[in-house]
Amino acid sequence: MKISVLVKQVPDSDEIKMDPVKGTMIREGVGTIVNPLDLNALEAALKLRAEAGGTVDVLSMGPQQADMALREALSMGADRAVLLSDRLFAGADSWATSQVLAKAVEKLGSYDIIFAGEKATDGETGQVGPEVAALLGIPLATYVSRINVKDGFATVKRTIEEGYETQRIKLPCLVTVLNDMNEPGMPTLSGKKSARRAELTVLGASELGLGREDTGLTGSPTRVVKIDRPRISRKTEFYSGRDLDRGIDRVVQMLHDLAAF
Amino acid sequence: MLRKETKSTGVFVCGEVRRGKIHSVTKELIGKARELADKKSTHVSVILLCEELADDTHSLFRCGADRLLLVKNKQLKYFNQEIFAKIISYLINEYLPEIVLAPATTDGRTYLPAVAALIHTGLTADCTGLDIDPENGLLLQTRPAIGGNVMATIKTPDYVPQMSTVRPRTFRVPDEQDRDGEIVEPQLPDKLFESSIEVMEMEYTGGDGTNIQDKEIIISGGKGLKKPENFAIVRELADLLGGGVGASRPTVEAKWISYPHQVGLSGKVVSPKFYLAAGISGAVQHLAGMQTAGKIVAVNKDPDAPIFKVADVALCGDLIDILPRLTDRIRKEMK
Repeated sequence: MKISVLVKQVPDSDEIKMDPVKGTMIREGVGTIVNPLDLNALEAALKLRAEAGGTVDVLSMGPQQADMALREALSMGADRAVLLSDRLFAGADSWATSQVLAKAVEKLGSYDIIFAGEKATDGETGQVGPEVAALLGIPLATYVSRINVKDGFATVKRTIEEGYETQRIKLPCLVTVLNDMNEPGMPTLSGKKSARRAELTVLGASELGLGREDTGLTGSPTRVVKIDRPRISRKTEFYSGRDLDRGIDRVVQMLHDLAAF
Repeated sequence: MLRKETKSTGVFVCGEVRRGKIHSVTKELIGKARELADKKSTHVSVILLCEELADDTHSLFRCGADRLLLVKNKQLKYFNQEIFAKIISYLINEYLPEIVLAPATTDGRTYLPAVAALIHTGLTADCTGLDIDPENGLLLQTRPAIGGNVMATIKTPDYVPQMSTVRPRTFRVPDEQDRDGEIVEPQLPDKLFESSIEVMEMEYTGGDGTNIQDKEIIISGGKGLKKPENFAIVRELADLLGGGVGASRPTVEAKWISYPHQVGLSGKVVSPKFYLAAGISGAVQHLAGMQTAGKIVAVNKDPDAPIFKVADVALCGDLIDILPRLTDRIRKEMK
């Protein structure tokens, strides 16, 4: 079984601090982590490899420093890491990102199954997985919390608004996973050691047959034209001790005004 | 599709049908589509894909649609992302809309990105504001970025259609007007209904599968609850108000409650009318997931808890005492 996992390196949201004046996040000096749901995707891939045999490749698009995410994936047991990095990729929206990932998947060979996190904690679009599947022309399953692969088919349980939908999907396919899929494992000490030294495969635009117009900001159909900082200023009414009764009254009044009951 | 090579007109809404019923997000999107279409002097079409329809379709016209593109097929009984993406792409290629709006539900967030890839255009997820640029007629899409700390406005200048997904309850259901429209049942090639995906089973739980992002009221609990059983007092208040139960990440990690309840950057980003945080200190990643709520009430023992900084009302004290008092007060008021 040839398995691949799409991972993204994101800012560590636990380390992000708020700027008390501007009300925005301070990202400078903030460490990076592997997007949490991508670790669930990797775990699903490793589990499938344990059951069915085969190899797990991890792919990530990002700057050269994004090798951290790939090395972490290696330390957890992935067989090969591929970094998709090129100055031309900078500023890519979800379409242009998917284009790079899809080309890389095509170049690296015929995967039976591709896993990805349902969304990344930074962009929060959840669009890259479905777009990659569509560009590759393979079936897709999103919001997956259980998977069973057998005889050329994946049976997946999707968590939807009203409950669960179980689907049977022909391989090859792309699956985006949720947090309740599994419990990601920890890197082993020896895994960490060898991951530090591991050679990463690096592919740029020319290796993928992509030009400036296909990728990065130039290849992105969408443009961010404005960034506003909404000032969410709230005057906090503070109640404690004996005042709590009045505070509870305030909350009841508030719910009344919202016609909550 | 490149704008300069296409003659595109009209605003299209991808409606959502769940078990034969038209989901209210459909009307919310039609209302917004009408506003956008009026600014561009164009028409609004709504696409419905379903097996059977139990609801009256004329209310869609009364909400602002000019045309209903209705596709009925037994293959559409359950959601199938492959078939949905193929049909929506086909209809876009056929009718060449300039703008396409779809619900940011698990359905919409699955098929519309696939459509965007297939027809080569941009897609903006989870828009909270949509408008027309008076200068050039382009769609202005606003969405929260970095957990609502900034609002980004996004355009798709050179490609059509310009596409957005919008979460339910972002826009209100419009008042119905006395107006009518036409129903078109497009004839589609059989191959659009073929799929390598087979739906095996549907399980309607309503419980954990319910998306708290759809709720107008959310009552959330954190580690201040002390033990998992105390989520019952959170749930009691939520049930009384018809709201959803939210949770902080530490409680989900401790397995006190399941992941679909988790509010924050690593869970769900929510924006209800009313959010109550009980026993949640307010880590940045949690605040980023709820600070755009209409009204925020925080209950916490620690007077310096960061959650109080984003709250309209801070109740400082023991939540095991305060929350049941609040619930009782509301119950009395209801009588």
